[in-house]
Order: sequence, then structure tokens, then C-alpha cells
Amino acid sequence: MLDTATSVRELSFGDAIKEAIAQEMRRDPRVVLMGEDVAEAGTTFKVLTGLVDEFGKDRIIDTPISEAGFSGIGVGAAMAGMRPIIDIMFGDFLTIIMDQMVNQAAKIHYMSGGKWKVPMVFRCTMGATRRSAAQHSQSLHAWPSHIPGLKVIVPSTPYDAKGLFKAAVRDDNPCVIFEHKISYRKVKGPVPEDDYVIPLGVADVKREGKDITIIATSSMVQTALAGAKLCEEVGIDVEVVDPRTMWPLDEKTLIESVKKTSRCIVMDEGYGRYGVSAELGQVVSEGAFYYLDAPVTRLCAMHVPIPFSPSLEDTTVPSDKDVVKLAQQLCKRT
Amino acid sequence: MLSEAELDVKRHEGLRFADMTTATSKSADLTIGTERLMHMYRQMVAIRLFEERVNDLYTRALMPGLAHLYIGEEAIACGICEALRNDDYVTSTHRGHGHCLAKGASPDRMFAELLGKEAGYCKGKGGSMHIADPDTGNLGANAIVGGSAGIATGAAYAAKYLKTGQVAVCFFGEGALGQGLLYEELNLAQLWKLPVIFCCENNGYNEYTHFSESTAGDVAKRAEAFGMLHKTIDGQNVREVFTTASELIDRARKGEGPAFLQCITYRYHGHHVGDIARAYYRPKTEEQEWVTERDPITLHGEWMMANKVATREQLDAVQADLIKEMDAAMEWAIASPYPDPSRVTEDIYA
Repeated sequence: MLDTATSVRELSFGDAIKEAIAQEMRRDPRVVLMGEDVAEAGTTFKVLTGLVDEFGKDRIIDTPISEAGFSGIGVGAAMAGMRPIIDIMFGDFLTIIMDQMVNQAAKIHYMSGGKWKVPMVFRCTMGATRRSAAQHSQSLHAWPSHIPGLKVIVPSTPYDAKGLFKAAVRDDNPCVIFEHKISYRKVKGPVPEDDYVIPLGVADVKREGKDITIIATSSMVQTALAGAKLCEEVGIDVEVVDPRTMWPLDEKTLIESVKKTSRCIVMDEGYGRYGVSAELGQVVSEGAFYYLDAPVTRLCAMHVPIPFSPSLEDTTVPSDKDVVKLAQQLCKRT
Repeated sequence: MLSEAELDVKRHEGLRFADMTTATSKSADLTIGTERLMHMYRQMVAIRLFEERVNDLYTRALMPGLAHLYIGEEAIACGICEALRNDDYVTSTHRGHGHCLAKGASPDRMFAELLGKEAGYCKGKGGSMHIADPDTGNLGANAIVGGSAGIATGAAYAAKYLKTGQVAVCFFGEGALGQGLLYEELNLAQLWKLPVIFCCENNGYNEYTHFSESTAGDVAKRAEAFGMLHKTIDGQNVREVFTTASELIDRARKGEGPAFLQCITYRYHGHHVGDIARAYYRPKTEEQEWVTERDPITLHGEWMMANKVATREQLDAVQADLIKEMDAAMEWAIASPYPDPSRVTEDIYA
């Protein structure tokens, strides 16, 4: 736990990530960050503003608009002794780097019989409701989660974002971190100044409850917590569990929670079909089957390309009201 | 679309080019030194003998899967790797056995990997198309065409950042000229003056299609457009490959930037060992012409004899020794065990 109250500040989600990167770069000169407009511009989201002043343009590196190209450089540099952070502005652009991430980074350790390592971080964004339309709004964290060899991180709070990001930089494997872009400024929380690391593969119970478990990821953790408050009013006591990493996955904590509550909703901003929520739902269905009083259900993004118009876009993402409605059905309370 | 007659002319361009540039032997090549000249000869013969045995293992149904033979292209890997330090990096291709051997891989563990054995370079997890070996700077053969261009450029970036003085060579076939990643890496390498050599082994055929049917314009001018130093040379002349590579590698090591080296060559065998009936995409006369007129091992051997670097007896002895070594390596690999099935989940994560 924290030693002194003064070491903890309230930081935004974006500032927590910046602090994680700065601390890791101070600790290890092999850490560099490269991407489009990451230096003076501080990324399009202004999350990295100021880093170039401390670390210089040799370590905060502006690249051409060439995602596959600099991702490939990241893979080779990681193999050759560095620990690069590759900045992919929008998670939607994973489409462009798929070969470097999936066929190269993820497989090199295995294909080489464990001889080469690829210690690198791909950082990218996810999340809708920013009026950015179909090519800048997707939550594609299911994709790398499908691939053996990758670790996938989806933090929901500033505290988690800092500790998990630092763990990713220190990990000897390619890690993909999905930062929710609405959370950058909107989500604030206590973050110690200290150099702390959260191990990958440990879920966190964000709220304890006894009637129903909501397993929620990324932005949906905040929505689940808001929904849990509304549920209080109808007498439903909600437990919210955040797996924090898609892989490695802390199956035990998820299953134990569902065994306790006997009901489960999985919430995820990615698509439901063949998605993260399908996998998480299966894990608890299998692991807690004999304890379940209701089918495991899901709240996910609608299966549509994310539309532009606010009236359309907002309907595609689950809300706190959806949580109450579904929880009431499952708990048979109205 | 090109007419058949135009295609025929294009098909023979590589051959004519090679005839022009190496018609006369350069006595300046003697400055390479006897030891290197003999070593390159030995390495080329080693690759040839290795690959012949790979073909044999395939036809005897002893090898799981397929393999893509490097026979005919040996001078490129040997000339370039002769100019590299042991700790310099290479990335290789699906047709990669030659690069791995030339960079210093040991044939017994190569055979073992091709046969899927535990003793192989990758414990049987990689196979023919993924041989990798940190001890010899081999970042790995890559089965995605053009897929290693980023890895080589990234290794060069690390060498520059960490000030190690290493150089990276990215081997790729002319088939990779159709892949976008290559041009992103050419741009980044030139922009950041990275110590990487892009070596295009132009054997004339993208799988079963002549490259003139897939490649617009002039290959070297693609590098020129990035302001990158480029050379096109006879890939059947190991001395020319070595001399040119040495120049480009030294320059890169000094921080003067990357280079694009196109080597004109020919693949004697099919795209892979099972590609036997090839007449529908290339004439037998063309194959025969390269084998008899442009063979890199024969040409180098004859040159060494003509220039009194080696005698016929010495060259025969090199071959005889290597035959014994390769047979022993192959038999060792055949006899060595497969990995235990329990190993399947090892090495996914470091």
C-alpha cells in the first residue's frame, strides 16, 4: 500500500500513461517510442506532450505515416536489444500492421525455438462516441487476443494504466495495450508517483457485490460501475470485475466471482460476435456452470460499422441503463 | 500486356546482362586473397551439396513438408556473408538455407530442423522456412514474402542507436518487389541513414511467373527514387558480389547509409522441391543455359584455376571433404529424435 498521502495525486488516464512511459524511459535507455507526430505534437490526443523535451528526438521519434514500416522496425529493434514502444494512433490501424504484429512479432520467439525475444509494446487506442466514424472508432482488442505469443492489455483506470504499461515495457514479449481514447481526459483517479508495476494476468475486483457479476473491460468498467449504482436503487448488489489483461487471463478470479454471485453479464466495447465477451463468457460458463442461476449474457458494441451521426453512434455502445435492464431480467427483479 | 515475343526478350534479359558483365575475368579479384576466394568456393559447394540432399530427403519422403532450394544462387549468399562480421545481422527468406549456411549455420542442425527434429536450430518448431540463430546474427528466415524488411531495418536501427557498428542485410527475392512494406522500409532506412543493405536476389521468377509479368518499370530506379545508393550486379560471380557487398557494407558501417543491391541470378530448381513440371512457365533451354554457362561454382572454380589460385585437385578435395561432412550431417539428423509432444506449448512466451 501507499506510504504517504503526498505521493498520490489525481491524474487523468492519459497523464498516467505518460508518467509510465517517462519513468520507464528514465529507468532504461533502451526504451524508445516511435510513431506519427509523437514528439513536438505529443500525439494527436496530446497524451505525450512534453516527453520530447526530456528525452529528445532520438528517443521520442516522429515517423512517416508508415505504420507497417515502423512497426517492422520495432520488431527488429526489439530483437536486436532495444525495448521499443510503437505508437499506433488509432487501433483501427492494426489492420495495416497485422503482418508485423501477428506473423512476425508474435511468432518469432516460438518459431526460433525460444532463441529470439521480441520485447516491445504496441500502444494503440480503442473506443467509440468520439464522432470519428467507422475507421477511427473500433475496439479491436479481440484480434491480438486471438494470437498466441501476444499479451493484450486493456486498462480501465489511471492507476491500472500506469502499472500495467510499465509491466508491458518490462515484459520480454510483444504486448499490445489498448488505451480508451474517451478515457484519456474523462477518467481521473489516484495514481502514486512511485515506481509500481501491476503484474499482467491479475484481474481486479472494482466493486464487491453479491447478486450479479459484471465482467467489464476498458471503458465498460466505468459504465458497469455507473450501472451498479443504478442497480442499488432496485435492490441489486453488483460485483464488477475487470480482467485488465485479455491475455494472460486471470480466469480464476472471474470464475470465483461468478460462483459467488451465480449470475454474470460480460461487458465489452468490442463486437460481441466471436469477440472478447464471447471468450470471457465461455470461461465463466464452463468454470462456474453448476453455480449459475441464469445464462451468462453480454453487453457489447452493436454489430455494425461505427456510424458518424451522434444519434446513431450512441446507440451502438452499451449504457448504464442497459446494465440495469439486463441485471433486472437476470435477477428477476423489477 | 506484353506480347509473347516481348516476354521472351524480357526473359532473357537477365542472362544477357550476366554475359556482358562477366565475360572477362578481372585479375583485380586476386586482391580478395586466396583464403577468402577458397572459402567462398567451399561455402558455395557446401550449400549446393546441402540442397541436393534436401531434395533427396524430399523425394525419399523423409522430410515433412516442402523446401525451396537455393541451388544456382549460391554466389549471392556466399559473396555477401563473406563481407560480413559474425555479429552482423541477416534476415532471410523462404528460400533461405543458403543464407543461413553462408552466415555460419552448421549443416547437421540445419538438416535436423528441416526434418523437424529436437536438435534442429529451432527445436523443430520452425522448419525449412524459419531457421534462426542468434549466434550467427541470423534474425530468421521468413515465410512472408518481403516480411523481414522491417526486421532487418529495425536491427539496423538498433545497431545505430546502440552504436554497435553492426550492419544488417535483408535478403529478398524479386517477388518481394510487389510488397508495400519493402518501400516503407526503403524510405525509413534512407531517411534515418540506417546501416542496412537490401539485397534483391532477382532469379527471374515470382513462384511460377516471370518477373517481367509482375514488375513495372526499372527495379533499381525504385531505390533511386528514395535517393538510395543502388547497384545491379551479376549474381553468378561470387567475386563481384563480394567486392560490391564489401564496399556497400563498409559504407553502411561508417554511417553513410543504406544501399540497394540487385543481384541477377537464376533458380535451377522449381519454386519448391515439388515443382517439377516447369515447362509451362519457363523453357528447358533457358534452364540448361544457366546451368551450363552461368553456374557460380563452375565459374569461380575455373577462374581460380586459370588464375592459379587453386588446382583442380584442391577443388576436388574440397568437394570430397564436404560430401563426407554433408552425408554425416544428414545421417545424424535422420537418426536424431523428434521433439516430445509435450514440448508443443514451450516457447510461446519468453
